[in-house]
Amino acid sequence: MRYLPTSDAIRQEMLDEIGLSSADELFASIPHDCRLERPLHIPTGRAEADIIAWFQQAARDNAPGFTSFLGAGAYQHFRPTHLDNLIGRGEWFTAYTPYQPEISQGTLQSIFEFQTMICQLTGQEVANAGMYDGSTALNEACLMAARITGREGLVVARSVHPQYRQVLATLTRNRHFPIAEIGYSKDGRIDLTALRAAVTDATAAVAIQSPNFFGTIEDWNAAAEIAHAHGALLVAVIADPVSLGVLPPPAAADIVAMELQGFGIPVGFGGPYAGILACREKFVRQIPGRLVGEAHDSEGRRGFVLTLSTREQHIRREKATSNICTNQALCALMASIFMATYGKQGLRELAEQNHAKAAYLAQACAQAGLDVLFPAPRFHEFVVKLPRPLAQLEPELYRNQLIPGLPLTRDYPELGEALLVCATEIIPRERLDRLVSVLSHV
Amino acid sequence: MSETASITAPETSIAAGTRASRHIVQNEDLLFEVSAPGKRGYQLPSLDVPAAPLAQTRTEIQDFPELSELEVIRHFTRLSTWNYGVDTGMYPLGSCTMKYNARVNEHVTRIEGLGDGHPLQPESLSRGALRIMQLLSDYLLEITGMEALTLQPAAGAQGELTGILLVREALAARGDARRKVLIPDSAHGTNPATAAIAGYQVANLKSNAAGTVDMASLDQLMTSDVAALMLTNPNTLGIFEPDIKRIAALVHERGGMLYMDGANMNALVGRARPGDFGVDVMHLNLHKTFSTPHGGGGPGAGPVAVRKELEPYLPIPVLTRKSDGAPALDYDRPRSIGRVRAFYGNFGMFTRALAYIMANGCDGLKQTTDDAVLNANYLRKKLEADYALPYPTPSMHEVIFSDANQAPQGVHTGDIAKRLIDYGFHPYTVSFPLVVRGALMIEPTESINKREMDEFLAAMHAIAEEARTQPELVTGAPHSTKISRLDEVAAARNPVLRWKPKA
Repeated sequence: MRYLPTSDAIRQEMLDEIGLSSADELFASIPHDCRLERPLHIPTGRAEADIIAWFQQAARDNAPGFTSFLGAGAYQHFRPTHLDNLIGRGEWFTAYTPYQPEISQGTLQSIFEFQTMICQLTGQEVANAGMYDGSTALNEACLMAARITGREGLVVARSVHPQYRQVLATLTRNRHFPIAEIGYSKDGRIDLTALRAAVTDATAAVAIQSPNFFGTIEDWNAAAEIAHAHGALLVAVIADPVSLGVLPPPAAADIVAMELQGFGIPVGFGGPYAGILACREKFVRQIPGRLVGEAHDSEGRRGFVLTLSTREQHIRREKATSNICTNQALCALMASIFMATYGKQGLRELAEQNHAKAAYLAQACAQAGLDVLFPAPRFHEFVVKLPRPLAQLEPELYRNQLIPGLPLTRDYPELGEALLVCATEIIPRERLDRLVSVLSHV
Repeated sequence: MSETASITAPETSIAAGTRASRHIVQNEDLLFEVSAPGKRGYQLPSLDVPAAPLAQTRTEIQDFPELSELEVIRHFTRLSTWNYGVDTGMYPLGSCTMKYNARVNEHVTRIEGLGDGHPLQPESLSRGALRIMQLLSDYLLEITGMEALTLQPAAGAQGELTGILLVREALAARGDARRKVLIPDSAHGTNPATAAIAGYQVANLKSNAAGTVDMASLDQLMTSDVAALMLTNPNTLGIFEPDIKRIAALVHERGGMLYMDGANMNALVGRARPGDFGVDVMHLNLHKTFSTPHGGGGPGAGPVAVRKELEPYLPIPVLTRKSDGAPALDYDRPRSIGRVRAFYGNFGMFTRALAYIMANGCDGLKQTTDDAVLNANYLRKKLEADYALPYPTPSMHEVIFSDANQAPQGVHTGDIAKRLIDYGFHPYTVSFPLVVRGALMIEPTESINKREMDEFLAAMHAIAEEARTQPELVTGAPHSTKISRLDEVAAARNPVLRWKPKA
């Protein structure tokens, strides 16, 4: 009970002062038949050393030391040392939502800077302070588009992350939004002919991911043109923000739904991450989530406050634009520190390195006789067909401490024994070569 | 020689009357204003594969920051000093449960193999992570008395939505689709927003004079068209619903389900279990009850626990046990509502919550609840003379006063909150719940010692006295901060949401 600052003697003193004889009396308002009259079936409190040992054992039962070529929405990038050092400050991680701006300017200013950098990076005019993650950001972007256009039809590329599409289907199912999925062409990009045919005057949003789930780069402008020709909005989905260091930003899109994990947020078995919504200024009152704005005090000093909250659940209740009540602030802060550290030039170099590693690996796979699918330009992921089922390759892969990528058999069975492979800046050339060697020689 | 220069130079450059310390704590320009072209705070390893040019690349990122590593560190360190956190002092925000965030939780979350594990790595290489999820699920089920659980929702509000979607699915499976969700007027704002997002109409249920569910109103409103009653218990007034079993029975009798918003579980852990008093589905806020840090507004995590009937509808993947007892993920769930978030949810919060439960154990968890309720009642007793209690009903882990005694002097709850800042405390929750005009919602949590509470009480007494004798001192607060009250109305009228370079 080392977290509790109250001794038995002080407890008794306090009970005396409020006129009670025992702690049980504090719970007098709970009817007897609702009370738990036995101890919880949970072991008694454990020492810090025991807890650390338990988690270390759990970590050993995962795959420490393996080189992983997994991406698919969770990307392994180097996290500068000072990042955890900074967010480890109690003033950051033990603070709450900045409801009292006079003593929360740190959080507020950092969010204002975050919003600015996201706008600069995405080519959009407004960014919110963050959503849960990329998958839920896509859902919020589609709901937002439906509010703006007064329509309900959604057209979504099948090359958008499968889990993002599953989340969208779950969270919109009771609104009965018709969702049309558009397939991909032989080159790995969205089938523009099919897209053109699917978008109608009832379409609220066209959602396209680039680089898409297969790692290939889509044409934002072509997609925007098709969407806009019917008065629909283009929702741009980005799974790894690192790609924006070198690829053209989705400036033609109306709403950007992005996952920020690649910017210094630990891969950490899938969360916590942070999503983002950025959009055109004219949609500012429709964007859900928190927004921080500049303000001034009575002496004219600059400060920052939460603003435009009249769209939010705590004021509008059932008429709110969304029920979201968090902005993943600490994760957004990690992204801010990451962006500030790499800066204008570093983000470009980082993206170029990612692209170069994957390009080298894809080329080496092809040279070794493996079938690399989809010839369109890629960023740091690609799809490769395996010469035999993955299960047969696994023993040799694991002996070499390699996790080769994501089997696509569950989400894209039509591709057969295909793997989605990702190479980021942290994987040395020797490991790239080793993967090719194991995949092609067994 | 340079030593002498470096010592004397700053002194001569400081303008008369300016204190050197002002710079460190009071001034920090925006990142963009600290930036200058050509500076860099990174060094990438040299590329060990050939460069690969792209056909189409972006133009440079206009006005993006350029700083050295130390400048980045100074910037974010200085900004941090303007924040009040739990580590700084008492943070009695009602309904937010701002308790101690143990450092061991942070440590274990970052252990190699956990902090860097990939969510899609094969199950055979994820046994440790799955064991963490399984053990946490088991403990949360024991704590709540429920029968099945998903850890997937990313936050409390997403847990609410997941829970309501589960209700909707289960009722549809019974062939009994309903249109409405019943929500007490004292509910969190997320509750009605959630019901609406799930496609339901919201019907409001008025509280009675004791601040609890009015059984007569419930009886009248709980029609065959109501899918669920969304109840917070203890409610947002810090009051345990004494008729909870009758409420559950009535809702069930009429074919609906009882949803419990578990935001206030800090008052119940080890003392009462929702599963034992008729709740069908509930969410937990790991960041409240189980001390995962609030981080300036997130991340949270909002596991949802259900009764057996709702289990088939839980989001995929569902954590199950293989025949040998080892944890596994089940994707083959034909009746599942689908998926509410990518991957498994906020796994990093699961490790923190599990470490917290392990450190406390059954004995510590119960003592924590007892201390949280004791502290709230101690504050209540000591503040009753100065501040009005709108509901004299017994309090659990938080207590709600109103500004009724101070309002005649023109001093309102927001003013008292701002004045508390001058006394060194983070304010309580202002203007919530909506059923109390001028609410002061105070939740000390178990983390505060008596000494700090007595200092808080002394501040509250002093402010009550100031409100009587020199109200303008209170209405003009805070006087001690970096900035005074900001003009939020002007900020909202003409929103400036990003920095732009001066033309």
